[in-house]
Amino acid sequence: MSITREISRAVRSTLVLWVLVAVLYPLIMLIMGQVAFPFQANGSILKNAQGVAVGSALIGQPFSSDRYFNSRPSTTSYSTANPKDDKAGVLKTGVSGASNLAPSNPALLDRIQGKSDPDPAKAIAGELPRLQTAGIKPTADLVYTSGSSLDPHITPEAAQAQVQRVATVRKLNPNQLEMLITQNTDGRFLGIFGEPGVNVLKLNLALDGVKPAS
Amino acid sequence: MLQGWIQIALTVALVVLITPFLGGYMARVFLDQKTWLDPVMTPVERIIFKLSGVQKEDMTGWQYARAVLYSNLAMAVMIFAIFMLQGALPLNPTQLGAPTWDTALHTTISFVTNTNQQHYSGETTFSYFSQVAALGFMFFTSAATGLAVGIAFIRGLTGRPLGNFYVDLTHAITRILLPIGLVSAIALLALGVPETLSGPVVVPTLEDPAISQAIALGPVAHFESLKQLGENGGGFFAINSAHPFENPNPATNLIQVVTMVAIPSAFIYTYGVVANNRKQAWLVYGLVFTIYVTFIIIAGMGEYQGNPAVNALLGSQQPNLEGKEVRFGWAQSALFAVTTTGTMTGAVNSLHDSFMPPGGFATLSNLFLQIIWGGQGTGTAYLFTYLILAVFATGLMVGRTPEFLGRKIEKREVVLSSFLLLLVHPIAVLIPGAITLAFPDQLAGISNPGFHGLSQVIYEYASAAANNGSGFEGLADSQPAPTGLWWNLSASFSLLVGRYVPIIALLLLADSMSRKQPVPGTVATLRTDTLLFTGVTAGVIVVMGALTFFPILALGPIAEAFQLAKGG
Repeated sequence: MSITREISRAVRSTLVLWVLVAVLYPLIMLIMGQVAFPFQANGSILKNAQGVAVGSALIGQPFSSDRYFNSRPSTTSYSTANPKDDKAGVLKTGVSGASNLAPSNPALLDRIQGKSDPDPAKAIAGELPRLQTAGIKPTADLVYTSGSSLDPHITPEAAQAQVQRVATVRKLNPNQLEMLITQNTDGRFLGIFGEPGVNVLKLNLALDGVKPAS
Repeated sequence: MLQGWIQIALTVALVVLITPFLGGYMARVFLDQKTWLDPVMTPVERIIFKLSGVQKEDMTGWQYARAVLYSNLAMAVMIFAIFMLQGALPLNPTQLGAPTWDTALHTTISFVTNTNQQHYSGETTFSYFSQVAALGFMFFTSAATGLAVGIAFIRGLTGRPLGNFYVDLTHAITRILLPIGLVSAIALLALGVPETLSGPVVVPTLEDPAISQAIALGPVAHFESLKQLGENGGGFFAINSAHPFENPNPATNLIQVVTMVAIPSAFIYTYGVVANNRKQAWLVYGLVFTIYVTFIIIAGMGEYQGNPAVNALLGSQQPNLEGKEVRFGWAQSALFAVTTTGTMTGAVNSLHDSFMPPGGFATLSNLFLQIIWGGQGTGTAYLFTYLILAVFATGLMVGRTPEFLGRKIEKREVVLSSFLLLLVHPIAVLIPGAITLAFPDQLAGISNPGFHGLSQVIYEYASAAANNGSGFEGLADSQPAPTGLWWNLSASFSLLVGRYVPIIALLLLADSMSRKQPVPGTVATLRTDTLLFTGVTAGVIVVMGALTFFPILALGPIAEAFQLAKGG
């Protein structure tokens, strides 16, 4: 076979297969998603009573105040930025990322236990001192940053450790909070695969809907 | 802890359960036997062959290799053009311009070679059009190229003509990747993976409405399914299968683990059917399976025990969750890490750079061996090349002319096999690695100090040369880092050498085996389908495959483990 025929066959095959797998297949899936599973296909967006989007059921948000259950530390602050001062363009595309710190990297320990430095710009507050000040018993998930920086979950133990704090600030009955935690816990698949996690955004949305007991 | 091991055991049991069905089905597809998809796919294939001008003539090894090279070149040119023109192309809601030329070049080579090493972040670099029409396209064709080469190799080994590359390429897509991929894509979609063309959603955060969150979206479900099934591994988002939109829950994680290992494991069984020797297939399957499970246990123990320095601060032993998602925990993260590096998928659901040293040891070893299931099609071919070398080694020991499947192993076969397995991989990994390490400040971009830095550099080249694509991602290997250009170009070298040199050698090896006159077996013939011979093969794999790289393991993860054990 001549070289031109071989090349022509390579090019034609490429184009024909391209139409099949890069046009038809995605198109079928797109239609299927928008028609049969519109909620999932559009990002599992949660809306408030007014119909305004408040977040995604699958994506975490930053929480560090004592009014809310706190989420895990995140290297991108959960893809958030101040819209008035977004030099990095985070809000243009959305981001994800991880620390990529090796277990032997001293920077990992500095980030967890904090580091004092005469230069305040170089000092690190540390996850552990923050949790201790807040009166939360530290768990692994609350001191280690997540893989995606968007982890929607904390472990049930980490949620339990925060019940007293939130209950005191919001003047709520701790039992009521325990119930909300149970309702917003995603269990293992078939009771076997994966680990249970408490969806922090959904839990805190539910928390805002509860009136304090007077 | 026990709960974690149970979920791992059930997952790998599921993989073994699927093997005979999928392996038998793939054999029927490639032996041109009747399958239940015939009524739908035969007309589709007829149109494809007609439009692309494919006659179904048998090819020689060299013709087959040329067809691989020409078609892959045509695909590479097309997707490179898409990347560079994406600013002017549609489906670009975040208005991204063209990437730098070296990023586009590295990405092109990386996706054409079924590696999917990514020196970029998906969200901020490629438009939906580039992701779907270029990257998503290569998910199919690069995987199908590997399957085609794999089946041609098996045909040659068993004395058949090698077949026609374009027919195998098409069948791999229409009969295997597309049908299974479609089903798994629908499942992922139903379980929460998005599939939309709209751009990111921006919402005010609940705690502080002055701060906004950008939720990146995209046509992910169809992409994700093939990313795993085709052992591709290139994430739609920067953080790959750790991203909640790529892998939202343990159910999707189970689908992802099973689909990435399903084809390479079942392909060993496909060999058994084609060679009509299922016993031998199960024996080598058992060999690979044993190493696979051992690596999972090594990695899993490390992550479960956690970081001693952090455990001391926490006051109790807790798993290492740095770079891990709560929903996956230590068990699913370790299982995924070993599976993705063994199968040359390269997707990650947790960050390998942050794994404890045993995890680094297991993942690096997978990249060095390349057969713990291995690449799509090519993994099984490497495995049987090791068998040929083992035949040769035992033949030398007992003073007999070595034979494999009734065909004499002679000089040409031994030269090709040992070149393939013993030289190409170390050259593509260690030489660029040595150059990079000689200029740590100018070239390397190491982000973790000490022994771990060596692992970062070697991992990157091993991942490129083995066509895996995962990484110790702290490495400053992307533009605009000053070391980005060097990494893009030097990794491209390893990608190309690690893919095309072995493919050509495999096809020539298969070609020469298929032309040999079979010698009738006698009582004196060394049987290759025995436990003893499989054990010898395991020894050959360890001695020849692993020892080449042992100094790296000793200076990287093993040294790091000692350092951590003595307390930093």
